[in-house]
Amino acid sequence: MAPSTGTYLIRGAAVLGGEPADLLIRDGIIAERGAGLSDDGATVIDAAGLVALPGMVDVHTHLREPGREDAETVETGTRAAALGGYTAVHAMANSTPVADTAGVVEQVYSLGKAAGWVDVRPVGAVTVGLAGEQLAELGAMADSRARVRMFSDDGICVHDPVLMRRALEYVKAFDGVVAQHAQEPRLTAGAQMNEGEVSAVLGLAGWPAVAEESIIARDVLLAQHVGSRLHVCHVSTAGSVEIIRWAKQRGINVTAEVTPHHLLLTDELVRSYDPVYKVNPPLRTDADVQALRAGLADGTIDVVGTDHAPHPSEHKECEWAQAAMGMTGLETALSVVQHTMIETGLMTWADFARVTSAAPAAIGRLADQGRPLEAGEPANIVLVDPAARWTVDPFRMATMGRNSPFKGRELPGKVVATFYLGHPTVLDGELNTPHPSAAQPAGAA
Amino acid sequence: MKHLLSTQDLSRANAIRILDTAEEMSAVGDREVKKLPALRGRTVVNLFFEDSTRTRISFEAAAKRLSADVINFAAKGSSVSKGESLKDTAQTLSAMGADAVVIRHWASGAPHRLAATDWIDAGVINAGDGTHEHPTQALLDAFTMRRHWAKLAGTESEGANLKGMRVAIAGDVLHSRVARSNVWLLRTLGAEVTLVAPPTLLPVGVEKWPCAVSYNLDDTLAQGVDAMMMLRVQGERMNASYFPSTREYSRRWGFDDNRLRTLDRLGMKDTIIMHPGPMNRGLEISAAAADSPRSTVLAQVRNGVSVRMAALYLLLSGDTREPATTPVLATAGTTPSTKEAN
Ligand SMILES: [Zn+2]
Repeated sequence: MAPSTGTYLIRGAAVLGGEPADLLIRDGIIAERGAGLSDDGATVIDAAGLVALPGMVDVHTHLREPGREDAETVETGTRAAALGGYTAVHAMANSTPVADTAGVVEQVYSLGKAAGWVDVRPVGAVTVGLAGEQLAELGAMADSRARVRMFSDDGICVHDPVLMRRALEYVKAFDGVVAQHAQEPRLTAGAQMNEGEVSAVLGLAGWPAVAEESIIARDVLLAQHVGSRLHVCHVSTAGSVEIIRWAKQRGINVTAEVTPHHLLLTDELVRSYDPVYKVNPPLRTDADVQALRAGLADGTIDVVGTDHAPHPSEHKECEWAQAAMGMTGLETALSVVQHTMIETGLMTWADFARVTSAAPAAIGRLADQGRPLEAGEPANIVLVDPAARWTVDPFRMATMGRNSPFKGRELPGKVVATFYLGHPTVLDGELNTPHPSAAQPAGAA
Repeated sequence: MKHLLSTQDLSRANAIRILDTAEEMSAVGDREVKKLPALRGRTVVNLFFEDSTRTRISFEAAAKRLSADVINFAAKGSSVSKGESLKDTAQTLSAMGADAVVIRHWASGAPHRLAATDWIDAGVINAGDGTHEHPTQALLDAFTMRRHWAKLAGTESEGANLKGMRVAIAGDVLHSRVARSNVWLLRTLGAEVTLVAPPTLLPVGVEKWPCAVSYNLDDTLAQGVDAMMMLRVQGERMNASYFPSTREYSRRWGFDDNRLRTLDRLGMKDTIIMHPGPMNRGLEISAAAADSPRSTVLAQVRNGVSVRMAALYLLLSGDTREPATTPVLATAGTTPSTKEAN
């Protein structure tokens, strides 16, 4: 049995942004939901003015461990996740060694359990060593203690069409999904930024939209042909949104993800040559940003995934062409989505819950995540102050990465508390303690 | 002027100020003692992450004619081998007391990084970055064109612009920092620019540039050209399928003997032929064209020193006044006192 997680009464939170209600949390579940609940023996949290949402689930996180503990560890990355309102993250497979065996995914899973900040769900590599040549032991990873359901070579595209077809077919055996990093490699050799007006002026090699769109078009047709489940990572172009919309209309089993940075930032920022804006896929144009927002609002894009990618500072304090690609995102995702989708009137908080919790949990097949905030459900809850505004300071984040492209921006929305299976990992906007089921002592320095 | 990073952000007034200052500097080059004390005690570092003897010696000559101390720093590291970090190198130069850094780099934007970060406080001159810009090359090209254009008009170069001049730039625009810098600067100075290239060697997005684009060199020549600039074509482009063969390239886009005769046939007796060098004779330009009286190749090299003297002088003299109020040097041809440099 799980150790006791205490009793908490959340008083007067606007559930999914709707009418205020009380939520009584006991033994890891929502014991009661109602008005004027008794606080007998419970720690009361005054949530007037706060929005209660289901704990967020990230389908796309780079925790860097094992192998690049100078960039991030499971401990630091999951602290960042908890502070960002997450109760589950999918750890991408491009670690060193690559998460392409049951041993490595179980190691990452155990590190997540030991940290106790969120549920860490390892993603398994599709191919051995991400090399794109032979299938990794997908079944062994699925059967392992980590119960892997999502497989991805993220960072690299599974570009061989036969290999992609086989992967899509094979994961049907255990209800898996292939999450594709859609990037045609020949069209993007040496690519540095979005190919268009800005790259022409800056003299940086272009990453054309067609390199993403052509792979997505191929993959949705493959998924249809073999009757499998496809997830498209970090969709970044207007054309990709159209292809996915078309595929969904045909009944193809495809889900898609957009990152917070692609919902807000454009390639105009690259004019500074500041590598904090270097990311893969690259920042696109304003027309793409608008299409991505519309796609997320109308359900063409199912989820927001952070693609949180911390890097040591020396990998960004250099020439653009030398810099690593990637941005941190766990601690800014909620605010950026509020800013781009809710404050613009494109979505409600209920929609927010769908794209950041219910839909990503469904894609990853996480049974106890993304659930409604009702009595009897697991108590994965985040309390948000939607009226708060804050200025992003990467040096005050829990992630080891200082590479936030939102540095210096004022953003709305602040996570006040995060409950992970009934335990507050975040309280009063500050990190509290890991879940008591964590193997290591709470409040490690 | 704190830095000279690109011509895109260079105002017309500043561009003309640099060109006018270069005219004054050019007069120094005609004297027996080709030296001014203007930058005595100042240190100019030539920081080259990419080999370019031509550009380096041009800057070196410019700095020395202004009496500056010159340090040449050939940094290791390329796009494939990482080598010297830009940040560490910059901080080292800063500790050595560099007043200006002339940087040549294979990576687009490297000079911007130096100027934007706190790694070094010196003035930065972009001596060519990746496939981005090469502003002093464009300035020396414009200087050369302006002299020619003013002479045809029977006026002085000083203060003049390039209004109405028809300039064609032919070759590998996609990978050319020279083309980019020229397009922005020539437009700023009032010239009408046409880029001529195979479609594979034009960047996506070129349609937004302030110039015309042509795939046909003969059509462009037939419409009338006052300055014809040929760009160097790297042989390696052929292996990447940018064009089928060097022979086909030079037939369609090279300035060959036939096209040299075309200028005569069409009565364009004053059209000049330019090349930033080094030339691939027989590929983008024929030997006869390169050596003809129309060719300004050597004048461009000579003018390069004057333009770079002007850039260094304006960066290091601390003169941040708006241009067109006072001449930079008290009187053309006279030797300014060292006081002005401090
Ligand atoms: Zn990716």
